[in-house]
Amino acid sequence: MPRTMHHEKPKNLRGTLRFLGRYLGKHRAALTAVCLLTAASAAANVYGTYLLKPIINRYIIPRDLAGLARGLLFMGAVYLAGVLATHCYTQLMVKVAQQTVQEMRDDLFRKVQSLPLSFFDANTHGEIMSRFTNDIDTIAEALNNSFTVLIHSLVIIVGTFAVLILLNAELFGIVMVAFLLMFLFIRYSAKQSHRYFSSQQEYLGNLDGYIEEMVEGQKIVQIFNHGEKDFEQFSKRNNRLFQAATKALTYSGLMIPVVVSISYFNYALSACVGALFAIAGKIDLGSLASYLVYVRQTAMPINQFSQQANFVLAALAGAERIQQIVQKPPEADDGDVTLVNVRKAEGGKLEVADRKTGRWGWLVPQGDGSKKLLPLRGDVRFRNVVFGYEPGDTVLKGIDLYAKPGQKIAFVGSTGAGKTTIANLITRFYDVDSGTITYDGIDVRRIRKDDLRRSVAVVLQDTHLFTGTIADNIRFGNPEAGMDQIVEAARLANADSFIRRLPDGYDTVLSGDGANLSQGQRQLLSIARAAVSDPPVLILDEATSSVDTHTEKLIESGMDRLMEGRTVFVIAHRLSTVRNAKAILVLEHGAVLERGSHDELVARKGRYYRLYTGQSELA
Amino acid sequence: MLKRLFSYFKKYRKDLYIGMVCVVFESVFELVIPLIMADIIDVGVVRRDTAYIYRKSLVMGVCALISLGLGACYARFSARAGEGFGTELREAEYRRVQGYSFSNLDHFSTPSLITRLTSDITILQNAICNGLRPIVRGPTMLLMGLAMSILMSPKLAVVFLTAIPILGCSLYLILKKLGPLYASMQKALDHVNAIIQENLIAIRTVKSYVRGDGECRKFGAVNERFRRASERSFHYAVLILPCFQAVMYATIVCILWFGGNMIAVGSLQVGKLTGFLSYVLQILNSLMMIANVFLMLSRSMTSTERIFEVLDEKPAIADGPGRAPVERGSVDFDHVYFKYRPDAREYVLSDICLHIEEGSTVGIIGGTGSAKSSLVQLIPRLYDVSSGTLRVSGRDVREYSLARLRDAVGVVLQKNILFSGTIRENLLWGNEKATREDLDWACRIACADEFLSRFPQGYDTDLGQGGVNVSGGQKQRLCIARALLKRPKILILDDSTSAVDAATEARIRDSLKRELGGMTKIMVTQRLNSIRDADQIVVLENGRINETGTHGQLLAHNPIYRDIYELQEKGAAV
Repeated sequence: MPRTMHHEKPKNLRGTLRFLGRYLGKHRAALTAVCLLTAASAAANVYGTYLLKPIINRYIIPRDLAGLARGLLFMGAVYLAGVLATHCYTQLMVKVAQQTVQEMRDDLFRKVQSLPLSFFDANTHGEIMSRFTNDIDTIAEALNNSFTVLIHSLVIIVGTFAVLILLNAELFGIVMVAFLLMFLFIRYSAKQSHRYFSSQQEYLGNLDGYIEEMVEGQKIVQIFNHGEKDFEQFSKRNNRLFQAATKALTYSGLMIPVVVSISYFNYALSACVGALFAIAGKIDLGSLASYLVYVRQTAMPINQFSQQANFVLAALAGAERIQQIVQKPPEADDGDVTLVNVRKAEGGKLEVADRKTGRWGWLVPQGDGSKKLLPLRGDVRFRNVVFGYEPGDTVLKGIDLYAKPGQKIAFVGSTGAGKTTIANLITRFYDVDSGTITYDGIDVRRIRKDDLRRSVAVVLQDTHLFTGTIADNIRFGNPEAGMDQIVEAARLANADSFIRRLPDGYDTVLSGDGANLSQGQRQLLSIARAAVSDPPVLILDEATSSVDTHTEKLIESGMDRLMEGRTVFVIAHRLSTVRNAKAILVLEHGAVLERGSHDELVARKGRYYRLYTGQSELA
Repeated sequence: MLKRLFSYFKKYRKDLYIGMVCVVFESVFELVIPLIMADIIDVGVVRRDTAYIYRKSLVMGVCALISLGLGACYARFSARAGEGFGTELREAEYRRVQGYSFSNLDHFSTPSLITRLTSDITILQNAICNGLRPIVRGPTMLLMGLAMSILMSPKLAVVFLTAIPILGCSLYLILKKLGPLYASMQKALDHVNAIIQENLIAIRTVKSYVRGDGECRKFGAVNERFRRASERSFHYAVLILPCFQAVMYATIVCILWFGGNMIAVGSLQVGKLTGFLSYVLQILNSLMMIANVFLMLSRSMTSTERIFEVLDEKPAIADGPGRAPVERGSVDFDHVYFKYRPDAREYVLSDICLHIEEGSTVGIIGGTGSAKSSLVQLIPRLYDVSSGTLRVSGRDVREYSLARLRDAVGVVLQKNILFSGTIRENLLWGNEKATREDLDWACRIACADEFLSRFPQGYDTDLGQGGVNVSGGQKQRLCIARALLKRPKILILDDSTSAVDAATEARIRDSLKRELGGMTKIMVTQRLNSIRDADQIVVLENGRINETGTHGQLLAHNPIYRDIYELQEKGAAV
């Protein structure tokens, strides 16, 4: 809302204007028309009032009715032109404004989609969301409204001043003084109220934060009968905001009456001096009358101008924040190795297939421009990989690991040991600081990111469902999947039975991130999503943590069938989940502590053994 | 709806009225001033009476001063009233949410509830604060201006009387058309925001399935719909300006024509005519003001409706009448059926009959979706049974007051939450008056003492928002300690040691048994080991009790139980 974003200013005005210019440039013709029409409409307004004087002096006072009719006809024509201009520029501007913000929103969305994950780590959802909502809204509002009002009032102010000087230059002096006073007051009060508004903003943020936390924990509040105490806290914050906001609003509310009464004084003074001038014969009655009408009109455009200027500044500040995001470099992708479907041709040689065959290969460009086809085998190796999300805070400290094609590899370790990080690096959500990761002998940085990710399906612990039907959500893993494939995947994930019990089965619409499903059911759906994508490599990152052990077992056998001969990484807390893995890697503080099968690790009587027998704890 | 909104001004009614009166008088002065001006020209200039001119100018100056004072008063009082309104409304809404039961909370999702309590209130309050002045000033100016102009020249006033209905009607028609258009625009905007939000949350999923392009297309379509909806609304909204100008300009021309004619026959003076002209602006402006307020209100209508939805939601659970405390920790389920929503087709729990002895330990086990959590959440009346009765200490839970019942039943939920603040502050939720000894006691039982002693600041360690500074297992143990501080008669642990290792969990179980032998303990778990020694184990399947018995009994002949047992024994200890 405008009130909350008073007095914000962009820091880099030129850059922001250039950014906006990119969008508005496409509508150059329309915008030029809008400017001209707005000026025309304002000019009609000023000129119409200016015509008062000749009409009164030339026709009304000499009682020339035929002349009056002619004069009024002309005046009417001027006004009609003004109205038409107004209609045209407002309608045009709606189109320009809406198309501009639509395009901006589209670009911003596309950009955000392409940014690396580190961007989402550094910015909260609330902050990014605010670019889409608050900032775009202010820009839309400014384009819809402020832009033309600004031009309009500017033309009126300048026109009025010009007419006032024409009517009587001496009297104009008085207006000038009043105008200066208004200007100074507006500037001063803007600075002052900025202080109050920022303290209001601070208290509002504080209160909203409190509400957010309490609503999130409302169930706990009820269990502990804690409502009364929270309400006290809430009231305290609510009242503090009330005090601060009242002060801010009082202050800003003063602005209008002060400007209005300055204009009254101005009016009174002009009337008094004008009357004396008229007696002295320095000004005629008609001029005085229209002069006074003009004086009365000065307050409004000035008020409007200062108000809209604030909105425009706020919009520019918003545009600057959007620009900062749009300017960010997208996820780097310089890979040239691509993923293709392959089939075995006669003679056992591989060749590229244009349909899904259940077998994949890498097309690796060679130095001489030709492309070599390598079969996708799922051989993943880490060599001395060092990585940290933030400089100075290393999460992986020189990890070496390998997964042979068709192996099921499990990672076990405490929270923060780096299990999920390994998954993040394989799919190149982040790039290694040093060391290399190879995929079938190819450095992952050489593989085109989209293809790399298509070759690895990741099922996360936090499942994310989208608004749409259950079938849509499973189809997310493979947009081309038919209904039978979806059902097949759901069966594999053991989700079919609960889906069939839902009111509309596969067509049940999920809303609000699938709030009506249990955590375990959501996990089953996201496993089905991975299954339908039929990936060469699968990473299960705590994917069954909320599923009971029995169901987990069933899923496991299903997935084993699907992934036969393909590589699977399992990250889990529950040791029963990883027991059947070909190799289990125990991670601790970013390093591999032990590696081996379940039996080997138990026999070694090391960390795994202690975890297994319950002697130590996974945090 | 307006009347209902108005009721939140209650405490600040005086400020509101004073503010309104100030605006009324301020407007009166604004209208008086051109009248004086007319006198200066018609009397002062015509009679060449300088003293008269000075006197009248002085009166004008005084009027301006008074109007400044009134304006300042208005600013003060209306600010109090407007902000007071927001404060009261927010408080009423927050109060309401506090009275919500779990099913009410499930009905609104958490993010939507937060929006309704924060930005929706801000939007509505801004609309009201900005609307207060014009909504009083508009009608006042309109009436006063009309009265004055009729007084000045009844004949010329006919022009006004024709112009006002024309403008009024066209504004009304535009606004009427706009209402539903704005509503559909808001709906389209909600779609846009929902997709953005969804994608922000699920960015990793989108990226790992390389669905960025698909999502962009989806967004593009919704965005396009939103643009069309807004263009349609704004095409109408901006019609107001040319309409207004057309009527205003026409009025000016007409007044000049009729006024000129009247002056020609000598029934009007030039000064009066110019005075009259300034009323044109004022009166028509006031109509615009009123129209703008409605425009603003209709845009904030969605927020208003969302707030009212929260206020109108009926708490699904009514507080019980009884003041008696819960005496003993026995629980009886007597043919209990339960579903989350009355219109759901199938029951989540069906025909549950279960007796839990005071002081006993009960384990509840079953597959994903077997309604284990639903079963235990009925005991502290987090939800009400759909049919059948549930008795605690021999009395229907609906007969206790909620406070008494929940004091006696400690629950540690699966999805538990710690609040920002220190560990001590969080533990005190269980019992405000807990002493250091009490805290030590509870933390010892919950095995939280071992890691607490490693924190340099002990109980005063700051948890950060949502308890981000402790690990999952530590968080769970703190939640158990918090529940223990209530010294409940019944303790329910809903899978609340899942992140704690087996050895520590065994220690927690031991100390619960040793120190709180008289307390009824109900444990929902996926780990069979946790409930092996329970007095009674309940096997749930698809919302029905499959069988109850001890570990030995169930192992002997219950196929489900044996299945789980074999799987976990063959699996790992964790």
